[in-house]
This record gives sequence, structure tokens and C-alpha cells, in this order.
Amino acid sequence: MKSLSVKQKTDISIVLCGQAGQGIQTVERLLTRILKTEGYNVFATKEYMSRVRGGMNSTLIRISERPVNAFVDRIDILVPLNKGAIRHVEKRIKPETIIVGEKNICAGELQDEKNFFAIPFTELASAIGNKVYSNTVAVGALVSVMSVRPEAAIDCLQRFFAGKGDEVPAKNIEALKRGYEEAGRFAKPNGLNIKATCSSTGVQNQILVNGAEAVGLGAIAGGCNFVCSYPMSPSTAVLVFLAQNGRDFGIIAEQAEDEIAAINMATGAWYAGARAMVTTSGGGFALMAEGLSLAGMLESPIVIHLAQRPGPATGLPTRTEQGDLELALYAGHGEFPRIILAPGTLEEGFYLTQKAFNLADKFQVPVFVLTDQYFVDSYYNIRAFNLKNLKVERHIVETSGAYRRYELTENGISPRGIPGFGKGLVCVDSDEHDEEGHITEDSEIRTVMVNKRLKKLDLIKQEVIPATLQGPEDYQNLVICWGSTYNIVCEAVSSVGRQDTAVLHFKQVYPLPGNTARLVDKAAKTVAIENNATAQFARLLKIHADINVDYNVLKYDGLCFASDSLAEKLDGML
Amino acid sequence: MQYDMGNIDVAWCPGCGNFGILNVLKKGLDELGIEPTSLVVVSGIGQAAKIPHYFRTNFFNGLHGRALPAATAIKASNPSLMVVAESGDGDMYGEGGNHFIHTIRRNPDITNIVHNNMVYGLTKGQASPTSQVGFKTPVQVSGVILEPFNPLAVAIALNASFVARAYIADAGQTKEILKDAINHEGYALVDIFQPCVTFNKVNTYEWFKDNTYYLEDSHDSHDRKLAFEKATATDKLALGVFYINPSKAPFEENTGIYEQDKTGLSERDVDYSKLESLIGRFALG
Repeated sequence: MKSLSVKQKTDISIVLCGQAGQGIQTVERLLTRILKTEGYNVFATKEYMSRVRGGMNSTLIRISERPVNAFVDRIDILVPLNKGAIRHVEKRIKPETIIVGEKNICAGELQDEKNFFAIPFTELASAIGNKVYSNTVAVGALVSVMSVRPEAAIDCLQRFFAGKGDEVPAKNIEALKRGYEEAGRFAKPNGLNIKATCSSTGVQNQILVNGAEAVGLGAIAGGCNFVCSYPMSPSTAVLVFLAQNGRDFGIIAEQAEDEIAAINMATGAWYAGARAMVTTSGGGFALMAEGLSLAGMLESPIVIHLAQRPGPATGLPTRTEQGDLELALYAGHGEFPRIILAPGTLEEGFYLTQKAFNLADKFQVPVFVLTDQYFVDSYYNIRAFNLKNLKVERHIVETSGAYRRYELTENGISPRGIPGFGKGLVCVDSDEHDEEGHITEDSEIRTVMVNKRLKKLDLIKQEVIPATLQGPEDYQNLVICWGSTYNIVCEAVSSVGRQDTAVLHFKQVYPLPGNTARLVDKAAKTVAIENNATAQFARLLKIHADINVDYNVLKYDGLCFASDSLAEKLDGML
Repeated sequence: MQYDMGNIDVAWCPGCGNFGILNVLKKGLDELGIEPTSLVVVSGIGQAAKIPHYFRTNFFNGLHGRALPAATAIKASNPSLMVVAESGDGDMYGEGGNHFIHTIRRNPDITNIVHNNMVYGLTKGQASPTSQVGFKTPVQVSGVILEPFNPLAVAIALNASFVARAYIADAGQTKEILKDAINHEGYALVDIFQPCVTFNKVNTYEWFKDNTYYLEDSHDSHDRKLAFEKATATDKLALGVFYINPSKAPFEENTGIYEQDKTGLSERDVDYSKLESLIGRFALG
């Protein structure tokens, strides 16, 4: 009898690995939904190649008694779906990793067969009519291994394939049963039997969304009614989400001919009273730089969702990196204020995107929601977003006949009129302009207008979203992070288990919260963790808060940090 | 007239065809009874693009080449506005060439006026996309070697909903063509020949007079093949309304969001209860 260390675990990681187009996503979606329905906390994220078929992709699913929300390198159960899969993740395979798969796929790549459980997914699928069902056979096997009731799985399956006729759900249910029985017959008696403790915190009622959906839902909550973009990984999912819900919420979702058109459309839309957003990545955003500068000059609100991916140029299209912080910070010629938000959790993805629209409208500046591939493609169960205290804050005024779009005011913000609302004319110009919006080359007006625009930064600084401090107030060590790495860093620091160490996470990276220097200076040792090669945020801290970080932990191989590997690293540093 | 701004400093050279276009546009809009407050002129950069600064209108004077995407979005965000996208040949056909193509495909209900003088004015005399082969400039020192861009033929090839060309020396006809374009529902291109008296010593008022003619009264503007033939003829350049496709619905209508509710986007509220149920759907397995 094989003995298994994961048997009693309350936190299990399953990795599915196979070719693009093989249906890993289906297995992932089904499995996470089934397990969540059964009361498990679930987390899933994927790494995939920039191709439609073939290659090698993998998905990590974590199942836990407690909420889970971070990537780990550890693999408790590996399900290789084609040849090369084991090799693809071999660095993450430990002696205790269990491998469940087909013999002919795994045979040549197994280090030893001690923890290998053979289940002929394809053969079982073919027996019911088509090998396409092999993924569902695999789901059935995993569900059995996890000791989930088959009825619960079948319920989910029925919902999943609802509207696909009679045959598709029926065959898939059969496939699920075959996998379930097979695992019950061979794997379970041999010791592959896991019963993770269910959560009792009402996981079933929680929602399962990924980062792209959180941002998309946040945009709707923020009153977004115009989205225009050019498809580019990994930002496209937000465009897709808003397009799919466009009719229901009165959103114009337009695929522009290029990113230049997209940002100019968005600026035009705000001018006419819409609340517009663009969603883009890397090179797509680079093309928007002139349009960003236009928004700065026109004092137009705009929301930019920038999902980072590794560059330069095309870089690694489907991978992750926090490499475009400085691009967001410095993009656009000329000097003008901006706001950069960087959500660390799915909740923040929602609430910060919602807030981005209000901030943009209030201060008449570009507001970034800076995410990355890891963020948009990861999901876990969270409490449903609470809309109770949310409000679409509009700052549009009805114009009088004497209206001047750039009227000088004490705080630099001129009331924003829109054409057709009131008796006035709304004149905006990318040239330097006077209060009416007319072109000017008067150097005195130029100086006044520059000051007016830049003055808004002082106001913005009064409303900065504070950084999150996680851990003891009287910390000795401070681990600094920003954006998508939050959950990973928190889990890593928590598993290091030191009482003298706290995490400081920035969800607004520009302008920085006013108390940043005070919080950082309190620590005897500071470590900044960033998913880039040159410690861009540490540099931002130096320039904008005169903070020197002691150590940088950087990762720029195209993959996100793993909380377990990061913990090992931090353990040696703190 | 309600569009007049009084005594203002205009940055155009004396004798520039832009003056004529400004006058004709103001007269045409006035005759159509369009209020300045419901009109938005969207322009780019260049001498022609300064036009909205010289009469009373809402305007969005944006980036070089980018008037059309902004104009499309303005119209889509508030269809009750009358939107005119206006700039020069370099702006619309050169820098903005990609938007020109795709705006025609999108077919927003806007009027696209292009001041075509076959030269770059504001940057001082380089070739424009419509400069003729052999046209010498400080940059094209041996003369232009590129095939001139043919905006009308491109527009007709893309099945644009309204395609016309005018010559500003004939103010009366130009005004009528502009009014037809503004009245047309859907994207309407009016390419206006407009001599540059400073930098184009070849395509002068005289040259345009000798090298243009009006389409015959019998011209069938619903005949796309004929329109294309007229647009690609090289001996003399035709003026008038080349092509009308009356069967295309405008972009803003095609978005579907005005089917039930005609109000512009600024007046709409988010349906939070609908959003709550959308969020709730993510709780289901």
C-alpha cells in the first residue's frame, strides 16, 4: 500500500498540465466550482504559452480549509494530460508529489512509480464515444480522490453544460462517473484518498471571480459606459467581459483599429459626458502615450486598465511582470498629474476600479488601474462585492452662457461642462490654451495654466489610498510590496512566522501615501519584493519619498512569485 | 450671425482657401438652423485644424491625425450632438490614415471635412499624401515619387455612406455640398480643394479651375462602380456628390444601446440591482 503525506492536509495544490486547446481550462473551471460548492476554499491560476494549440500550459488549483489566494510552487497532485507535461513542471515535483494520469503519457518521464496512480482517461472517454470527454473523466477521478459526493459534481456539471443540448451534458456526466468509479476502484484502495476539512465560513455563498472580472465589475460599478480597446494579452479579458455585459448595462464596447484610436475615443467619450475606460498591455499602452498626454492637457478624466506583461517589445505576451510601473508613471510628453492604483486583492480590483472613475472625474486626470497577467488570470472565492456604499460621483456642471472650460480656480480644478448641457460652449484644445480653451502662445498664460494643472496633484495627495500594513505594529522588519504580489507576500511572511516582521502593501503607488516615509523608517530592515528586474517601485520610493530600501527581491522570468519559495528566501534574509 | 466671433486673430495667410471654407461652413450651418451649443467640431493639428477657434462652437481640438476616433466617440456618447470632424489632408489622410479607413467602416453619423491643398502648410511646405507625383519640396527634393492618396476612391471602395468633393473657389456649390453632407445620416466625407497660397505654387486657384469639373446632373450617386470610375479618373478631377449609400445604419445606432433609451451616456445611471445579480451569478458553481 502506498502511503501519502497529503492525506491529512488542509491545503492541497493540484497542478494540471497539458497542451493548449486540450481543455485544461475546462477541468480547472469545473473542478474549482465543484469544490467550492462543496465548501472548500479554492484558488486557481494559470501559466500559458502564446499559442492557440500545442505547447505546454499548466494550471494550479489550491484547495484549502482556510481562504487561499496565492501561487505556490509545491505540487501535491499532478495531473499530466500529455507527453512532456511532467518534464514541464519537473522542478516543482518532490518525492511526495502524487501523479495521477495515463500510463503511456507518464511512463517515460516518471522518476519513480511510487506515487504514480494510473487512470486511463482517454480509454474511458473513448468507451463512451469520444476521447474529448477525457478531461471530464479526469475531473471525476479528482473529485473521487477528494472525497466529494458525486451528486454535487453532477449538479455543477449540469449547470456548466446547460444550454448545450442533451447529449453534451449526458455524455459528460457519464464521463465524470467513469472517472469517479475508476479512481474509487484503483486509486482509493491504494491510499489515494484525501479528505480536506471543509471550510465553515459559508464558502458556497461566496463568489468566484478572476482579476479581469473583478476589474470589469468594478468598472460597471464605477459607471463605465464606454470601453474601447485593441485586443492584447493579458488585458483583453476585461474588454471581453464588458462587451459581453454591454447590452445589459448600456455600455458601448468598441474594438478600435489600434490603441491610438482607443485612447482618443475614450477621451472624446469623456468630453461628451460618458465614463470611458481603455484596457491594454505593454506595447498597446506605449501607443497610447500621446493620447495620455492629450488627456493631461485637456484635463480630461480617463481610466486606463494596464495589465502588465514582460517586455521590452513583444516580450512574453502571456506571462507576468511588474515591469511597466515607470512606463505608467512617466508615459506621455509634458508634465501633468496622474494617479496610479495597483490592486493587490480581487476585492481591491473591484473597489479600486470603481473608485478610479470617481477620482478621474473629480480631479480631471488620467487614473491607472495597474494589474498584470498573474492578477487578471487568478481567481479565488471571496465575499460578494458590497455595492451599498458605492456611488457614481459625477462632476459635470450645467454651463452658463459665459462658461469657460479652463476657468482659473483656487484649487486648479475648473468645473467640467459637456457640450449640449447648458448655454455655454465647451472648448478644449491640445495646444496650450486660455481659460476659454482657445489656442494661445502667451507665456504668462502658459505659466498660469501649467501651475493650474500641476496644482491638482496637491489635492490628489490629500485623498491617497493608504498602504495596507499586515502584521505587528512594532515591526523590526518590513517587507514592502505593491500590486498583485500582496497575497503571495503575505502568505510567505506568515509562513516564515516571525513576530517582528510586517508587510506593507501599496495599492496606490502614485502619488504615495503621505505617511510612507514614517512607516518605512520605523523598520530596522526593509525588503522590497517586485516582479521586475530593476526594482522600479523601490526607485519610486527613493525619488518620491526619499526612502532607501535595504534589500530587493526581484523576479523577472515571466512567472509570478511562489509563496513557498519566497518564504524560503525571506527566511534567510530577515 | 450666431457663429461670428467678432474681431479675432486668425493664423491663416492672406488669400488662404481656409477663409472660404470657414465662411461657407458658418453660412451652411446657419441655413440649417444648427445651434452652436449643439454642434461639436473635432479637429486635429495643422492650419486647417485651427478652424474651430474661429467661430462659435463647442470644439475638441485634439491630436494630429486623431480627430475621427474622438468624433466617433462624441457622437456615440451623445447622438443629439451634431458632430463635424475637420482637418487638413496631412492630418486626415496621412497621420490619421488608419482612422480614416476604419471610421468609414464604422459609419458614425458625422461629417468629415478635409481641407485638401496637396501640401503641408504648418510644417512649411513638405509633401502631403495628396501631393502629386513630381511635386518638389524641401524634403522631396527630386519631386514626390509616391502615388498620391485618393481619398474618394478609398472611401467608395470602403462603401462609405456619403462621398463628395468640392472646390472652395465656388463657395455656392461648396456650401450646398456641405449642407447635403451634414444632413446625411451616417459618415459623410467632403474633400475640399483649397489652394495653399504660400507653399503650393503648382496647385493654385488657376490650376484647380483648369483641372476640375462638376459631375453631370445625370450622375447617379447610388452607382458605386460609376462613382469609383469618376473618383479614379486622372485627366480632370470631378467635383460634386460622387456616392451615397442610403442603406447603412450609423454606428451609434448599431451599438444597440439607444434602442430602448435615447438619452446620452451622461444622463444614465448604473443599474446597481442588475449589477448585484450579475455579481451573484459568480457565486453559483
